[in-house]
Amino acid sequence: MFYREAGDFKTSYADDSQTFPIRFDRLRYYAVIAVAFGVIPFFINDYWANAVFVPFLIYAIAALGLNILTGYCGQVSLGTGGFMAVGAYAVYKLMTAFPEVSILIHVLLAGGITAVVGVLFGLPSLRIKGFYLAVATLAAQFFLVWLFNKVPWFYNYSASGQISAPERTVLGHAVTGASTTAPAKYLFCLIILFALAWLARNLTRGTVGRKWMAIRDMDIAAEIIGVNPLTTKLSAFAISSFYIGVAGALFFSVYLGAVEVGEAFGIQKSFLILFMIIIGGLGSIFGSFAGAAFLVLLPVLLKNILVGHLGWATDLAAHVELMIVGALIVIFLIAEPHGMAQLWRLAKEKLRLWPFPH
Amino acid sequence: MPDQLLYAIEAGLNGLMAGVLYSLVALGFVLIFKASGIFNYAQGVLALFAALTLVGFQNGQIPFAHLINAVFGTDLHEFGWHLPAIVAIVLTGAVMVGLAIIIERYVLKHLVNQAPIILFMATIGMAYFLEGLGDIMWGADIKKLDVGLPQGINETIDTVTFNALGYGFFIDNLDIVASVVAALLVISLTIFSQYSKQGRALRAVADDHQAALSVGISLRFIWVLVWSIAGFVALVAGIMWGSKSGVQFSLSLIALKALPVLMLGGFTSIPGAIVGGLIIGMGEKLFEFFVGPMIGGATENWFAYALALLFLVFRPQGLFGEKIIERV
Repeated sequence: MFYREAGDFKTSYADDSQTFPIRFDRLRYYAVIAVAFGVIPFFINDYWANAVFVPFLIYAIAALGLNILTGYCGQVSLGTGGFMAVGAYAVYKLMTAFPEVSILIHVLLAGGITAVVGVLFGLPSLRIKGFYLAVATLAAQFFLVWLFNKVPWFYNYSASGQISAPERTVLGHAVTGASTTAPAKYLFCLIILFALAWLARNLTRGTVGRKWMAIRDMDIAAEIIGVNPLTTKLSAFAISSFYIGVAGALFFSVYLGAVEVGEAFGIQKSFLILFMIIIGGLGSIFGSFAGAAFLVLLPVLLKNILVGHLGWATDLAAHVELMIVGALIVIFLIAEPHGMAQLWRLAKEKLRLWPFPH
Repeated sequence: MPDQLLYAIEAGLNGLMAGVLYSLVALGFVLIFKASGIFNYAQGVLALFAALTLVGFQNGQIPFAHLINAVFGTDLHEFGWHLPAIVAIVLTGAVMVGLAIIIERYVLKHLVNQAPIILFMATIGMAYFLEGLGDIMWGADIKKLDVGLPQGINETIDTVTFNALGYGFFIDNLDIVASVVAALLVISLTIFSQYSKQGRALRAVADDHQAALSVGISLRFIWVLVWSIAGFVALVAGIMWGSKSGVQFSLSLIALKALPVLMLGGFTSIPGAIVGGLIIGMGEKLFEFFVGPMIGGATENWFAYALALLFLVFRPQGLFGEKIIERV
């Protein structure tokens, strides 16, 4: 009944290769965009923005970035937290050094700086593969966090070693600092996410994305048919790091406001984002969103149930949460190794024939 | 000899001892990787879990006391007895074997033939689960582990070196015990895998799953066996680390330190794990000693990874790993 292609005639090549070829899917996509831009900003309050929407949007950007590297190009990275820290500290230095320039440009520049750092740490990927590479990216994680802790220049010699975001505005609305409003933060992150997701979708189905996937599926074979592993792998590292850097910049400036590097961008963050793309689905744009939503909502939900309704102590609830997250990851991997994106694909197939499957 | 050199030698010796402890954790990784091709991230948490269980048994804590109290409103804490260390160690060993059986039955069995990255992720999931489970079972507070191992400065070495060199080396007794235990462990594991029937089966599985199956080796039994051994190694590592710095969450982070050790030594080599551990342990202490003060200290956090990375660029399979041959 839903998702049927019957009667949806394609008359041009552009029609045929569009992202949402089925009319129902296309309309659903427009509806989601309309709700995200036109409805939620009017109803959002501080709790929903800080607990659910803003972290979801930011993690979705980071998950998109890691999915480009790991899901599309097949290079497993455990350095996401470190690269997010680069984005955060880059935006901090830019914000304090050039206060008159728009924050939007700073965020994008921070992404660019992270991309350069990402390429640097991506260089070993040309020699090292698989798990060896995953562990090598841990070097980036630990080295970068150490660097931001030890070199006072990065945190402007502040006594606490923390960095905190000064107030910056976009079109007269504060998006960072203390006097921000929930809709402003939400919309700022949403616009960036929308642009980046659109870019990611179109990159991954074009030449660049096909090269990444060729390298992922079998690098030697890809090299033989003329895919240059150097430029392909490094472009994946650069673009992925750009996304992660932007996410880190937003995570620091818009979401948290003040961070201590070891706490906010530690190894746990790297794993969290890796979980997002595994649970969401490797090599899928929708999967990045689904995984981010799942892992942002789950702790909020569990906390509400265990602490709010059952009245357990917070530390006990935190341990139960760890167990549930761990178990869910294992269950997910057993039940559907291709993640929520695959479940969604199956659901669409079912919906197509529903309610008469025979 | 100049003082600087003596200090450096002392730092190096202490590094070697720390390296032995890294090797202990790395050993657990290598065993599982060899037998099942699984990169077991949960090894560090296994060590933490083993140490927590050991302390819990020793002090007669009631498992899940915190949870039971929260759900039923009771006020349970302890059974009120103290088990001797050896009994507690045996009981913990039994728990680790039980854990191996559960992991095999409920996780690994269902993940046969999946991509290595999926299996790796599953072990991270298990690590989270075990971490939460350990905390819920035994409480998250820092515990003191004492199974009667000697601790503190070794007086003999102190005196002998003082008399010979004019400066007494500070070497912890515990580190010496750890080195001896690690050496015994490696020797017995090597003997086991070279000369016993099960050990040969284990090596056959490591070589080729399907060929092993076709000559009648039970894959499932081998996996339970290998995870039990890894659990046992984790127990030993947990005892050593726990005695040294208390049983706490940071114990599970030694797994991360074991990773560069593995990369250096190669994922498939038991001697590699030992040599890699020694190189990393000594390297990071010496680097901290000579270069650390110049660039702000605490270089131990990343030095091991940087060293391993440098090594890998020249030798992608690690020092002792099998040569990687790629075919299309």
